[in-house]
Amino acid sequence: MLPVATYHILLALAAEDLHGYAIIQEVAMRTDGELTLSAGTLYRSIQRMLEQGYIVETRDRPAPEDDDERRRYYRITPLGIATAREEARRLAQLVRMARAKGLAPGKA
Amino acid sequence: MRAYNLLLRFYPKSFRYEYGGEMRAVFARRLRDATGPFSAMALWLGAIPEVLGNAGLVHLDLLDQDLRYTLRMLRRAPGFAVTAVLIVALGIGATTAAFSVADFVLIRPLPFPGPERLVRVWERTSDYSRFELSPANFRDWKAASTVFERIGMYHLVSANMLGANEPMRVDGAAVSADLFPTLGVQPLIGRIFVDEDDRSEAGGTAILSYRLWQTRFGGDPGVIGQQLSLDGTAHTIIGVMPREFRFPTPDTQLWRALRFAEEAYVDRNDNWMYAVGRLRDGVSLDQARAEMELIAARFARQYPKENGKVSATVVRFDDDVPQQSRLLLIALCGAAACVLLIACANLANLLLARALGRRRELAVRTAMGAGRERMIRQLMTESLLLAGIGGALGVAVAVMAVPLLNRLVPATLPTASAPAVDIRVLVFALGLTAITGIAFGLAPVLRIGGEADLGGLRESSRAGGGQKERLRSALVVAEIIASVVLLVSAGLLMRALLTIQARDPGFRPEGVLTLQTPLPIPKYGKLATREAFYSRVLDDVRALPGVIDAGFISYLPLGRMRGGIWPVALDGREVNRADNQNAFLRYVTPGYFATLGIAIRQGRALADSDARDRQFVAVVSESFVKRYWPDVDPNTVVGRHFTFAFAERVVVGVAGDVRMRGLERQAEPQVYLSYKQVDDDSIIGYIPRSFAVRSTTPPEALAPSIRAIIARVDPSLPVSEVATLTDVVDRDTASRSVQLRVLGAFAVIAFVLAGIGIHGLLSFAVSQRAQEIGVRIALGAKPSDILSMVAGRSVVLAVSGQVPGIALAYAAGRSMEALLAGVKPADATTLAAAVTLVLVMMFLGSLFPTLRALRVDPLTAIRTE
Repeated sequence: MLPVATYHILLALAAEDLHGYAIIQEVAMRTDGELTLSAGTLYRSIQRMLEQGYIVETRDRPAPEDDDERRRYYRITPLGIATAREEARRLAQLVRMARAKGLAPGKA
Repeated sequence: MRAYNLLLRFYPKSFRYEYGGEMRAVFARRLRDATGPFSAMALWLGAIPEVLGNAGLVHLDLLDQDLRYTLRMLRRAPGFAVTAVLIVALGIGATTAAFSVADFVLIRPLPFPGPERLVRVWERTSDYSRFELSPANFRDWKAASTVFERIGMYHLVSANMLGANEPMRVDGAAVSADLFPTLGVQPLIGRIFVDEDDRSEAGGTAILSYRLWQTRFGGDPGVIGQQLSLDGTAHTIIGVMPREFRFPTPDTQLWRALRFAEEAYVDRNDNWMYAVGRLRDGVSLDQARAEMELIAARFARQYPKENGKVSATVVRFDDDVPQQSRLLLIALCGAAACVLLIACANLANLLLARALGRRRELAVRTAMGAGRERMIRQLMTESLLLAGIGGALGVAVAVMAVPLLNRLVPATLPTASAPAVDIRVLVFALGLTAITGIAFGLAPVLRIGGEADLGGLRESSRAGGGQKERLRSALVVAEIIASVVLLVSAGLLMRALLTIQARDPGFRPEGVLTLQTPLPIPKYGKLATREAFYSRVLDDVRALPGVIDAGFISYLPLGRMRGGIWPVALDGREVNRADNQNAFLRYVTPGYFATLGIAIRQGRALADSDARDRQFVAVVSESFVKRYWPDVDPNTVVGRHFTFAFAERVVVGVAGDVRMRGLERQAEPQVYLSYKQVDDDSIIGYIPRSFAVRSTTPPEALAPSIRAIIARVDPSLPVSEVATLTDVVDRDTASRSVQLRVLGAFAVIAFVLAGIGIHGLLSFAVSQRAQEIGVRIALGAKPSDILSMVAGRSVVLAVSGQVPGIALAYAAGRSMEALLAGVKPADATTLAAAVTLVLVMMFLGSLFPTLRALRVDPLTAIRTE
């Protein structure tokens, strides 16, 4: 089971490489402001994800207009993609089980 | 933003270095995006718990990471890990065990409320700094004093208890009504004594200990109001004391009201009371002592004959631990500290060697960006983990060792149970473990942490020299010093023990069985009753196969009662305590001297013919003659008269000296009287109640037959304290032998650890210098040159450790001179033995490294580079 923050960071990085603040914005947008990662949570997660090999730091600067020398950009790795996919499958499985008992909308 | 920077300081440095800038940027963007002062404030308020929480988590992450790394490293070097853990376990175990006993006896407050205000009051004479009080002096002093909130007295009294089961001997105390309130204790059920109980016409009352209540009365609360018989007199049970209350000794099972007839106050020199007082609030010990001395001086003037030389002293209640027990325990703690010191030095050395061996690895990690802070953290995690595992193991060692140390607790300590590893001790062990871990972890950290980061990569791994070597040598020297101190101390104490055990007690203990037959009063108050008892028992016992002789005495030497001295008057003068002429009083049955093997040097032993209607006679000891008739021709001592125990006696014999008070004490004057030459119901405390039998068969085997004989003569008489006289003598030095065994074990541990330390240091040096040695050999160095190069180190280490070691050992010996029984702290044999042992240790420790150095193959050594 993946921590929620890790899962959301993986989702945010699935489409493009982002820097820290962009990840926070992307997650907040996607969850309609329900999940606002704090700087501490974000970078602690990032540190662990780097260690686990889910993401890597990248030297490419995809958005030069708001580039800042200090900014670090992160890219999802194949392992990160596989992990996110595995977690999505697990969550879908859970929803299917709930549906079978009539606890969630939609058909079993 | 400065405030946010400060907050970020809670993060580990490595994390801050890596992500601090990013986090600041994120926070700045947030602030910029925040609209209005309220949302900015909310942002700030939210940031504080957020940073603290996450910083804590990051620290845990690092710890987790370091622990996993450490475990991986240790698994790769299991030999190192096991050695380190065992060394810590020994050090912590020894120290924790020593602390738990010392804490129990010396530090922990006694289990009474307000223990710091409890004091003991003693009489003081020129011969005795602490002397029991006479009832009369106690009563007068108490009435005159103002410094006490309360003061009570007690004396020890054992009794034969008859209840539902067979008769039983119970140890108890007779206490005045104000003693329990002085101690501040309440009964578990029932009531404590009140003043009415102390009046001589009141009915007998008794309070049970928790243990007696549980074992003999089934813990039945209905026991209050029941009757029990003590020495044939009915007593009403009025209360039960709580389980923890053990006073005055842990064996006390029963308390009786202390009551005196008016006659008890007549003799001011009848000293048998112990006094316990509680100082008033705000009264210091010195004030109390000063007032009591004044009062004693006043009564000395009023009763010059009896009290002329009697002063008073007041001591803290918890100061009552005998000086010898105190010293034994302090010596033990010092020894334990030595062991811990050696363990720490050894570990620091092990870790240093390891850190030097790991320089490449550490340098690589640094080069990969690990940073100094992460390095230090990792090294500290490693040493703390080792210390933690070792500490846990050490506590286990202590738990097992503490019961063995029970003998070091003085038997008079008024407290329940025995020392154990409890919360206090655990906290101590935890603190010790942390300090140990930090202490020995610090050495490599200081070395490695202070180094230029890339040095390890650039240099070859061989260069461990210079400063590091000096530190490691210093640690080994410290180990040698500590083991010399331990070896010498253990040696001195062993010599002392042997000296004491070799002392002649004045009797021959082998083949003698002893036991107590507490003849109760009033049943045995009349001589005729006693005579009948003794003669029937003695006749039957002497008829047993193997029995050589048997006899009764008031109190056996080295037994529980080691006092009993009475004033002596010579040349027809009146007895006067102020003269300070005393001797032990013992009544014996004929056969006692032969049974114990006490030599009769002059005249004859006591005989059956020394009856009440004949001339009152006495056998005195040689020390008696030496003290009271120093200038008299020894051959004319027999026939001399003196007054003792209320009558004039004529000397019929001189017996060899017996060490009544213990092997460590000098023999004091002794007087033996015939058991028949005493008035009925007089001096009842000294009725012969201790029984001794000498046999050619193993004495233990006689016990059942003797019990049967006594039960036949008086079925209501309990038999207690059955022991061989050899055991009694051994018990006299038991706490010493326990301490010596512990100290010896410590010394052996220290010896082995220091040996390992030397071995480690030299092996490391040899492996580091293998190349140099190879070059030397290639250049034509002879084996003897290599030998002197390696062994020379070892000799330098030995000498620089031995010299201060011996100086310190001498100082340690001086501080425990009171324990040494006359053995000099500079005892040549001991010092020589210790020095030799350390040399042997040096030799063994350097043997393998030296052999390895000699076997270095020049070609391989040079090629490895």
